[in-house]
Amino acid sequence: MKWKNYLIMFIMLFVIWLLLNNSLEKEIVLLGLGISLVLPFLLCGKCEVFTNLNLSPKAILYSFLFLFTFLIELVKSNFDVARRVLSPSLPINPGIVEVKTKLKSKIGRVILADSITLTPGTLTLELIDDSIFVHWIDVQSVDVQESTKLIVSNFEKYLEVMYG
Amino acid sequence: MDTNLLEIIGGFIAIAGSIFLLLGSIGLYRMPDAYNRIQAGTKASTLGTILSLVGLFFIFPSWFGKFMVLILFVLITNPVSSHVLARAAYFIKVPLTKLTQVDKWKEHRDIDESRKAHLRKVKIQKEGE
Repeated sequence: MKWKNYLIMFIMLFVIWLLLNNSLEKEIVLLGLGISLVLPFLLCGKCEVFTNLNLSPKAILYSFLFLFTFLIELVKSNFDVARRVLSPSLPINPGIVEVKTKLKSKIGRVILADSITLTPGTLTLELIDDSIFVHWIDVQSVDVQESTKLIVSNFEKYLEVMYG
Repeated sequence: MDTNLLEIIGGFIAIAGSIFLLLGSIGLYRMPDAYNRIQAGTKASTLGTILSLVGLFFIFPSWFGKFMVLILFVLITNPVSSHVLARAAYFIKVPLTKLTQVDKWKEHRDIDESRKAHLRKVKIQKEGE
């Protein structure tokens, strides 16, 4: 499974190199190819980050769907915060709630926590085993299952396919 | 499409971005406690920065790659930094606002503490025997 880590790291480094250089000249592409081939072997002796990444076509389709959902939620969250900030009565109802995740892999949990932070009114405070403690600007439910449904399940269905 | 029109479109998108950044800073001023301030700051600044960069892309189309990398880094680092700030604030006991409804994490930590205290007691008893 180690090869998958090397391969993904190589692709990422190479793509970032190309984007930064913004040209397809022969020397630049060859230099980037060489560096991004060598670097994973130097730096990534025990990388396990991508071991659980699923590379089936369905998973790739779901990553795009996830990105799309995520962008919509990001825009929604911004308008939500703008509305709260601008209304004179400051309609907030904050609290810290606990939600549970079904994801097993570390990278999946990290991406879930980050997505929660960037979606409307929620901010991840702590991740202990399978429970995530979330600061919610407008608490709608203190029940673990209910808040899990409201906060997590939107992203979890995609991440489950991508990372398991 | 001629360059001027693209520049105007880019300018409008960048202005929309800066409006979000402005709203974020108003939020920093109006929110009652550290956690709500972090909430307002993170969300508004993420979309604000992204929109400003998209606007710049319309003005300098040849820098597409650099803007993509910048947006990617903003998307990765913004939630992580705000999460770490909020977590640190909680650990040094920055008070939550009076409006706060519920604090499940404190309950969780209290349970943890009492369990540890119980284990310590059992251990001392065993050593005593």
